[in-house]
Amino acid sequence: MNARITLRVDGRDRPVALDTRTTLLDALRDRLSVTSPKKGCDHGQCGACTVLLDGRRVVSCLILAVACDGSEVVTAQGLVEEGEPHPVQRAFLEEDGFQCGFCTPGQICSAVGMLQEVKAGHPSQVTDDLTGPVTLDDEEIRERLSGNLCRCGAYVNIVAALREETAPSEETSPRAETSPSEEAES
Amino acid sequence: MTPFEYLRAGDPGEAVAAVAGRPGAAFLGGGTNLVDHMKLGVAGPDLLVDVSRLPLDRVEETAGGLRVGAAVRNSDLAAHPLVRERYPVLARALLSGASGQLRNVATTAGNLLQRTRCPYFQDVTTPCNKRVPGSGCSAIGGYTRYHAILGASEHCVATHPSDMAVAMAALDAVVVVLGPGGERRLPIGELYRLPGDAPQRDTVLEHGDLITAVELPHLPAARRSAYRKVRDRASFSFALVSVAAVLDLDGDAVRDVRLALGGVAHKPWRAARAEEALRGGPATEDAFRRAADAELAGARPLPGNEFKVAMTRGVVVAALRDLAEEGR
Repeated sequence: MNARITLRVDGRDRPVALDTRTTLLDALRDRLSVTSPKKGCDHGQCGACTVLLDGRRVVSCLILAVACDGSEVVTAQGLVEEGEPHPVQRAFLEEDGFQCGFCTPGQICSAVGMLQEVKAGHPSQVTDDLTGPVTLDDEEIRERLSGNLCRCGAYVNIVAALREETAPSEETSPRAETSPSEEAES
Repeated sequence: MTPFEYLRAGDPGEAVAAVAGRPGAAFLGGGTNLVDHMKLGVAGPDLLVDVSRLPLDRVEETAGGLRVGAAVRNSDLAAHPLVRERYPVLARALLSGASGQLRNVATTAGNLLQRTRCPYFQDVTTPCNKRVPGSGCSAIGGYTRYHAILGASEHCVATHPSDMAVAMAALDAVVVVLGPGGERRLPIGELYRLPGDAPQRDTVLEHGDLITAVELPHLPAARRSAYRKVRDRASFSFALVSVAAVLDLDGDAVRDVRLALGGVAHKPWRAARAEEALRGGPATEDAFRRAADAELAGARPLPGNEFKVAMTRGVVVAALRDLAEEGR
């Protein structure tokens, strides 16, 4: 069975005809050539396919594309603005938050969505006071990103990247002295 | 995956008629369980009726309680200020389930109606009475770590994996169902079935029945409530055992208590025997242990999950002890 839908992907309208069985992940990768979301487990367990769907982080492998007609999708690629990496992307570069990089686009989309949830005051399982403000310490970062696996085990630096990204920035970042360009190729 | 047609329903009545009129049709909510099962070959609907965009996405105040629309996402329900304030057990249960990405998609009704399951149910190469009635149970005599110790049968020992439903069972939630014959209200304790000799049926709902809302009753005591979950990983893992507890104290005595267990049965298990043992008695650790033992007297663990009996006792006692200390 076929369907015609339009997705808004990384700021562009992308009409596409597809089989109703196509997941959002397969529509992005195989039909629209948007390959930054990765196919890891294809069962919602690894998080490599994470994108922002209408502003929320989701695993695109468990969502049917046909159910997303008219929706806005932002992938890790779409977080780049005018050639400049998103602050979370820059933090991953500066803190070396990856090794092979396969899970990284999903980690980054998940982190961007997670930071919005924190900003909205949403508690997590490890938040002591359900009704109080959220302090994003390491335990919170780990809990909130538990839907993203990294088989290289880069978790320590991923946590560091988000700790840096969310730290109050009164200092003129000494991080800027490291050269992201040297690390970006790995 | 089997080919299927897709229909985005315009209103609940249309959705019910579309599914009721076609034996192979199914409702699609967030799809986090159904789409996975379609990929695995466990489910193969020929028509999906998408109910995720129906206007059932509000949390509304009722007389002291809340009415939760069926399409409210798990993340939104957990973050709702009134849920956090009045029903912390529910917020905690929701937050302990799945991952941030899945909670952003999974709906209230979809969470309730995710399949009771086990690894063999999801592996189509193995016999499973729930998937293929009469084919046998691979778990009995096999891997049983996540399986039932209460209320199981010789045909099925799978468990219902929801955390949210365990909290709702403790809160005496009421499920609003729209069927081909009209609307009815069902206490959550009557929604789920034990496997018996028909493990293919998880609930009492008939084909075409659509959950449109869940009502949480006025229960001031629930402000002192907790959800405690034991699992193999710190996060993003099903419960080996979990407990949802509401404790209402009158001095050092138990005025009222609500207890429900997860990970131990084919359905969220309301621990009525333990509650009865506790009501009117002292809120002491000794009493909590005796109450847990009263509930667990009927436990029939399998080779490989005997540890769950002691684990359940421990989790119940710890949850009640924490709540009692909070109340003093």
